[in-house]
Amino acid sequence: MKSGWVLPVYSMLMIFYLTIPVFLMILYGFNDLPGNTERQTPRFWGFTLHWFLNPFQDPQLTEAFWRSIKIAGGTVVFATPIGALLGLALGRYWFRARGSVNFVIFLAIAVPEIVLGSSLLTLFISWSQSAQLSATSPTLGWQTLLLSHVSFSIPFVAVTVRARVAGMDRSLEEAGQDLFATPVVTFFKVTLPLILPGIFAGALLAFVLSLDDFVISNFVFGSDKTFPIWVYGATKIGLPPTVNVIGTYLFLAGVVLALLTAVLQRRRV
Amino acid sequence: MASTPELVVEPGAPIRERRAPSRRKKLVPYALLAPGGLWLFVFFMLPVVLMLGTSLKSGGLLSGGGFQFTWEWSNYGDALSTNAQFFRRSLSYSAVVTVLGLLLMYPLAYWIAFYGGKWKSSLLLLMLLPFFVSFVIRTVQWKFILGDNNPYFFGFLKDLGVLPQDFHILATPWAVIAGITYNYMPFTALPLYVALERIDKGLVEAAKDLYASKWAAFRKVVFPLSLPGVFAAFLLTFVPATGDYVNSDILGSAETFMIGQRIQTKFLTDLDYPAAAALSIILMIGMVILASIYARILGSEEAANVATGGV
Repeated sequence: MKSGWVLPVYSMLMIFYLTIPVFLMILYGFNDLPGNTERQTPRFWGFTLHWFLNPFQDPQLTEAFWRSIKIAGGTVVFATPIGALLGLALGRYWFRARGSVNFVIFLAIAVPEIVLGSSLLTLFISWSQSAQLSATSPTLGWQTLLLSHVSFSIPFVAVTVRARVAGMDRSLEEAGQDLFATPVVTFFKVTLPLILPGIFAGALLAFVLSLDDFVISNFVFGSDKTFPIWVYGATKIGLPPTVNVIGTYLFLAGVVLALLTAVLQRRRV
Repeated sequence: MASTPELVVEPGAPIRERRAPSRRKKLVPYALLAPGGLWLFVFFMLPVVLMLGTSLKSGGLLSGGGFQFTWEWSNYGDALSTNAQFFRRSLSYSAVVTVLGLLLMYPLAYWIAFYGGKWKSSLLLLMLLPFFVSFVIRTVQWKFILGDNNPYFFGFLKDLGVLPQDFHILATPWAVIAGITYNYMPFTALPLYVALERIDKGLVEAAKDLYASKWAAFRKVVFPLSLPGVFAAFLLTFVPATGDYVNSDILGSAETFMIGQRIQTKFLTDLDYPAAAALSIILMIGMVILASIYARILGSEEAANVATGGV
């Protein structure tokens, strides 16, 4: 099929529009600010590698950044297996509660973040005020951040894995069983390798969602600031260019991981 | 994905001992479900129920010795009446945002799905690139771009005399709308793309063989088939856009205050939990109604697949 020139030109303009803030973020990480200023300006003064070579000058920013990485890692560790089992159950078994579970997962994905954040804060407050359970309640900070991030990531992992399971060629499993493999062996030798790319994609999604989350974290962070929360607070006084640099590094890491996942996903059998 | 069989053959039963599935095997899906189900119950459903409870409490944290549960339904009336302007504003912003996003992204998604060819994946990645930049950082970039004195954009146009010196867009509703539109663009574009990509290109050829013009083929074949994606894009843009408060906070002013900011302030600054909870529940109910209509049309599994782009 051929298209005229209007649609391609329009599409290129749209892609330019979508990518321009990304481009600016990277560019202004090289901004050679005059004097001893450490706050970003709209003007680009010239190139310097200074910020890229020293991204971790501000101790608070650094602390927030590493906290974000750790929480994202923890989120992957918990949300991936839990979500993957959920996805597996929904993708290949037919059971009574299936429709309702699917709907709950859909709701958890579609609900506005502000509602999730406020309801999680309500839970943590009620938990700490409960007469019987207050001893076990998590303090607002990294614990509640981790619990919250795992919660909003599970549905995404589940949906990703479910799609992969549903798209799987079931005859391969049957072939394994025809060759007298026990169900357990079939699972580990046939099923798991087939759905692994889906699990990997889900894990990546959980990592990225956790790293980028601001709205929900802002309700439950206590005094343990994450990278987005630190950046948000700093917008009031002006951002140091190192924020652009860290943003750029995260951006590049995300793109590389996404490309890797795409390659893995394509590998069918 | 669309052809998921509803009846799944018990996968565990080997041919050599074909018999009715044992009770133990019937429990397998529930065992797989247990950890996730339990987690979602404690950290998704229970919090909503607790928030519903909080929204019916009365009293004050500082005065009156804490909140008591008193079936205080008037909290909802108060929440609606005292925040009517914020609800109205949020809904009108997100309506504009959704329409803008759909109009801007549909042609792009269509072009990539139908004419992307071997560049399809690369173009898709470019379309989703904003996703890889932190939400807050993206919004701050727009603050710089739309700034009154940006020497390369508005400042430049002012110096040229194209724009009057007192022209400004930052801190106006338009800046907030532009920011939200941009930030939720991938959410708008992805479901559109997924729906368009699934359309059998042969159908368009068939329509053309039957002497349909290009436009007629689009209007009668492609567009109707893409409607589930349009509705998913609508839902996934409209709902978060209504609850958004980061854009209004960074790009707006006191005149652009949105319902999300109200909930945030009530919860975290005023510590007026019942009022904040009532506002959240109202937002949630609106969302559930929209989501239910959508799931009713598509089936919830299909709905969630389109919603997440079947990643």
